[in-house]
Amino acid sequence: MDTIGVQDFLVVAVLLFSVGFLGVVLRRNLLFVLMSLELMLNAVNVALVAFSRHSANMDGSLFVFFIMTVAAAEVSVGLALLVALYKKRQSVFSEHMTMLKN
Amino acid sequence: MNLSLVDFLFYVFATISVGGGLAVILSRNPVTAAMFMILSLVGVASLFVLLEAFFLAVLQVLVYAGAVMVLFLFIIMLMDVGPDSGKRTALSKTRLISGFVALFGVGLLTVLTLEYSGVATDSATHWQDVAEETSVEGANVVFSKSVKSFGYGLFTKYMLPLQVAGFLLLAAMVGVIVLSKKQDEEKSSEATEDASSASAEPRPEEA
Repeated sequence: MDTIGVQDFLVVAVLLFSVGFLGVVLRRNLLFVLMSLELMLNAVNVALVAFSRHSANMDGSLFVFFIMTVAAAEVSVGLALLVALYKKRQSVFSEHMTMLKN
Repeated sequence: MNLSLVDFLFYVFATISVGGGLAVILSRNPVTAAMFMILSLVGVASLFVLLEAFFLAVLQVLVYAGAVMVLFLFIIMLMDVGPDSGKRTALSKTRLISGFVALFGVGLLTVLTLEYSGVATDSATHWQDVAEETSVEGANVVFSKSVKSFGYGLFTKYMLPLQVAGFLLLAAMVGVIVLSKKQDEEKSSEATEDASSASAEPRPEEA
């Protein structure tokens, strides 16, 4: 990698994170929101591995390992919640999730 | 500017991962989105390969593209949600505000990264050579290609977080079981009440 530095990996990470963030904020389908959350976690992983490689330190890569664990747990619980909500409401859209209103 | 092969591959993989992500949030059909998500995840795994974090690349494909996205597809097909309807809801005030906030956040993040990434890395584009073998420097494990470094780091410096992560997975598993089971019982009790109170005629699948 002659011309590619850490900065370039960081730019990719920021772009991925922004895409995920926009997805979380703008989409109303909760399935898409969960997927966008995954995208954001992945963006952070890219940045962590790039820094870890650059500073010749394993800590960042080990942190990625933990992030993957947390992401897997988050997705399984999130999807279980989504299925439970779908059984109640027959919808996966965030504007229909108004059980706590009033 | 002459690009080496690795630099060219970086641009290809970066485009794949970011473009896949964009396709995820822009597509209407959840199944299509999940497929693009897999594309994006594999792109990220390729970026890991370029950074010579081979073990993480394998984990990325196995855990994310393998397990997580299969779970996603399973749930999508279980719920049988079709494509979002083409019509957009009227632009509400909340949505407008959240859109502005999102754009502002994205812009801030981009500016900060471009501004400070040079400071953080001392404008050094040169990557150090990656160690082949596991070695320790002070309290830190040195970044290396070997999987042994992962094991060494996880079972020495990160022993407690590893245990906590294991416990988290256990808690998530129990939580998922409770969530799906309780709902089932409520549903079935409701169903039996409905059946006993409302309908005398048997359902076709029961008959």
